[in-house]
Amino acid sequence: MKQKINQIISDYGADRNRLMDILLDIHDVQGYVDKEDIKLLSESLGISTAEVNETVSFYHFFSDKPRAKFNIYLNNGITAHMSGRQAVKEALEHACGINFGQVSDDGMFGLFDTSCIGMNDQDPAALINDVVFTHLTPYRVEKLISGLREGKELKEVIYESYGDGHNADPDVQSMVYNHIRKGSILLNKDYERFEVLKKELAKYSPQDVIQTIEDSNLRGRGGAGFPTGMKWRFGRLVDGEHRIIICNADEGEPGTFKDRVMLTEFPDLVFEGMVIAAYATGADIGLVYLRYEYKYLLKYLNKILAEMRKQNLLGKSINGVKDFNFDIRIQLGAGAYVCGEESALIESLEGKRGEPRDKPPFPVEKGYRELPTIVNNVETLASAVRILKNGAEWYSSFGTKDSTGTKLLSISGDCKFPGIYEVEWGTSITEVLEMCGADDVQAIQVGGPSGMLIGPRDFDNLTSSELMKWYKPSGMMVAEKFFDRKLSYSDLPTGGSMIIFNNDRELLRDVVMNFMDFFIEESCGSCSTCRNLPFIMKKKLEKILNGHGVRQDIDDLLSWGKTLKVSRCGLGQTAGNPILTSILNFRHLYEQHVQAMADYDNLFDITKSVEAANKFVGRKTEFHQSN
Amino acid sequence: MNNTIKFEIDGKIIEAEKGQTIVEAAQANGIYIPTLCNFSGVKPKGCCRMCTIKINNKFMTACTTPVADGMEVENNTEEITDIRKSIIELLFVSGNHFCPACEKSGNCELQALAYRYQMMVPRFPFLFPQKGVDASSPKIVKDQNRCISCKRCIKTIEDEKGRKYFAYKNRGNKLEVVLDEEMAKTMTDEIAQLAMENCPVGSILRKEIGYIQPIGTRKYDKKPIGSEIEV
Amino acid sequence: MVKKVIATTSLAGCFGCHMSLLDIDERILDLIELVEFNKSPIDDIKKFTKRVDIGIIEGGCCNSENVEVLKYFRENCDVLVSLGECAIMGGLPALRNGIPIEECIQEAYIDGPTVQLNSKKILPNDPELPMLLDNVYPCHEIVKIDYFLPGCPPRADLIWDALVALITGKEMDLPYEVVKFD
Repeated sequence: MKQKINQIISDYGADRNRLMDILLDIHDVQGYVDKEDIKLLSESLGISTAEVNETVSFYHFFSDKPRAKFNIYLNNGITAHMSGRQAVKEALEHACGINFGQVSDDGMFGLFDTSCIGMNDQDPAALINDVVFTHLTPYRVEKLISGLREGKELKEVIYESYGDGHNADPDVQSMVYNHIRKGSILLNKDYERFEVLKKELAKYSPQDVIQTIEDSNLRGRGGAGFPTGMKWRFGRLVDGEHRIIICNADEGEPGTFKDRVMLTEFPDLVFEGMVIAAYATGADIGLVYLRYEYKYLLKYLNKILAEMRKQNLLGKSINGVKDFNFDIRIQLGAGAYVCGEESALIESLEGKRGEPRDKPPFPVEKGYRELPTIVNNVETLASAVRILKNGAEWYSSFGTKDSTGTKLLSISGDCKFPGIYEVEWGTSITEVLEMCGADDVQAIQVGGPSGMLIGPRDFDNLTSSELMKWYKPSGMMVAEKFFDRKLSYSDLPTGGSMIIFNNDRELLRDVVMNFMDFFIEESCGSCSTCRNLPFIMKKKLEKILNGHGVRQDIDDLLSWGKTLKVSRCGLGQTAGNPILTSILNFRHLYEQHVQAMADYDNLFDITKSVEAANKFVGRKTEFHQSN
Repeated sequence: MNNTIKFEIDGKIIEAEKGQTIVEAAQANGIYIPTLCNFSGVKPKGCCRMCTIKINNKFMTACTTPVADGMEVENNTEEITDIRKSIIELLFVSGNHFCPACEKSGNCELQALAYRYQMMVPRFPFLFPQKGVDASSPKIVKDQNRCISCKRCIKTIEDEKGRKYFAYKNRGNKLEVVLDEEMAKTMTDEIAQLAMENCPVGSILRKEIGYIQPIGTRKYDKKPIGSEIEV
Repeated sequence: MVKKVIATTSLAGCFGCHMSLLDIDERILDLIELVEFNKSPIDDIKKFTKRVDIGIIEGGCCNSENVEVLKYFRENCDVLVSLGECAIMGGLPALRNGIPIEECIQEAYIDGPTVQLNSKKILPNDPELPMLLDNVYPCHEIVKIDYFLPGCPPRADLIWDALVALITGKEMDLPYEVVKFD
């Protein structure tokens, strides 16, 4: 084994910057890295063991202890809970004979929780050794585990046919379904592979490409909405030995799965977008940061890149354009939501823990290995291809004035047709609800847990500009009165996740608590604020839900949440949003729980508190009346 | 080329050199912006968020943000003071800071900031987390109860090959700063001394020496942190 | 002027805060002009005999008796002050927080190096004894506390200034030297 590991290290030139790949490969052959491996890595890479361990201990899918033959990571996202996760969890524990967090004695099964794996439209879902299992039920769990016990391979226990579209591709063979419900510009069968690259690009100068993108008013589709053309223009201006184009395919915002579908059905469109971006900005290195949860697509994506190289659409003098050299490498993540933040993503690409960088400098000035780096979302890059094909004017005819084009929505939760909807910007929430067949709606989460909750009762007292002072959402949670609001950067900006909750859902106990757990789990821990506050705020919410709250607790939460806004990155800044926005917009739910008459309650329970000591010394718990 | 620029802190016009950070420029002009994780001579990393300021209605960290001409910085406002105070309180409740039993007391920057911001009691509940003490190194004790994960030891304590003695472990609220087991064995007295000095709190202490300075003569007994900067 | 009524107690503390109160030196004579003491170890009054204006608490809560006394104070005092590190955050007794209470008892009565006369390995469990809490609690996590005066012990000047401010209702000024945690 040591020899194999040495081989892996030398395959990557003993380069510290490739530590992610080295660790991923070691996990592929051995399942974990132990102390000896870490020592070996330390010696070969010229860094201390503590530094190696810094990366190992950061990522969810790395382990320093032996894991099982079959490691089952059950999605812990809200949509999984809404579709029967508890029963599936119990079935798994029963079938494997262990609890979550454990590995069975025979080394066959390990059960672990994991944050949203991007299968919200087919939850409860799990990853078993990188293979996705969707729509789990106790019955299916039982079949699955007994099949594996009988010695079947993972592919053999997939209990249905493969999913639709390219999910059935020989290099994917996944049971995942695309659930494309509505297409428009991007999700369109009229896309001719690499047509723009082959026929159109030569007609444009790089400056023309940038100009066209600027004219189209395309804005970043990850949620923040930075003008794409401007980013490219900046990138082109910065000097560097190399320039880097990064495609951010680390979609980790719970409820978002549009990149999964794009990369399954239109990966060529995305890669084509990367080549165009490279042409426009003068980049020569392309990197796709693919979240580990989508590893099942890796082989297939690499096959397409190989085809592109064969067709001279990647490599040297691409498509005959002299000195246009560009190639793409796919980097897998290893389970960390924060790596969706572009500078954390870059740190991860350099083999380090995914800790966001301070800005300035922005990646465009100093990104991957200090080089000028342009990071674009999957959807943004795909949109660029369509813009070049049909022109900026055509593109601007879709959507609204400040938000042109279309948006891919990932819709899940309580509706008849969860899946992907490509809608024009400016579409109202009511229309979206009609499209996906959602009636009886209590609330909608637009844009994931970092979003906002707006409640019918309190809204009249608040203006949206007041709300904006507080929140810089990549999305929002919306309630009834808001359904006529429109999806746009000026009204309801969104990264594309919409989770619908009906009136039977317990918004605080189930939804908000789940989102807080998510942020606590996924914080990188670097900022004092985001490392500590979400946990403290969640404890306070728990206190309220357990009937020990007082009115002051609600105000405390609002005021404490302000401190999170000074965190370095978007994760930290929005980590309090599940609580803060639900107070703003569903305050009555909090008020139902707090004690109307009490102004002080600190949860102290003397009977519980003396229990352990009394039991140990062998005495009864009895209290005398004071005085 | 003229390298001097002008900008404002709380309405006061200040001259600074291009390339300076706001913290440095403020310091050169006798204005104190509190810091914890910042350490002179190494690349800043805004971890503690103590130096939070506001520019154009946006929160930034003064230790990482370079000065720019015409910039208007809010420093000593009520809002920012309260945020800074709440950060100090967060650090107190999220560790186990028993000042009366800590050797660093009186020379501790976290404590000094609590004094400066007059923390009488943290607004947050004490968490009393279970944390360990690593005394395996022959030269130092690494007490996780007092660590505030500021990264100063990580950034400054290296061997001649640039390998780091300290590194982060885990993430989120399980984050810890740990000492490299191998390198701990060969740590010199000089390195141990430097590590102790660079630690703002009492998380890194040298073995076999302690409580040298009597109460009343320690760094922050008489004058607040930052008073050496303020004019 | 009607004298303000003061009560004090020491819960899980070392009485150092009370010593510091006495450390206000000759000002104690001025204090006596301004206040009268009710329940307090200083005058050994065991029970409240009237409504108290200011209750001063030293020490945190480590056992059921502490909790009982603290609640008794809260019921009988208009204003409660947490005096010193132990009252504010548990102080040194709270160093045991995080260690299971069973281990603490085992160490104190059976395994500890100073335990010599407990050959029958008796763990104290007489019903007359206070019951140990799982953790040492800051006072404000048990009852509502109005003011906090840190220090180990709080400087005498801090106690003096705070008392004067509370009695006269005037704003308190906090010189840098008086607010310390050790």
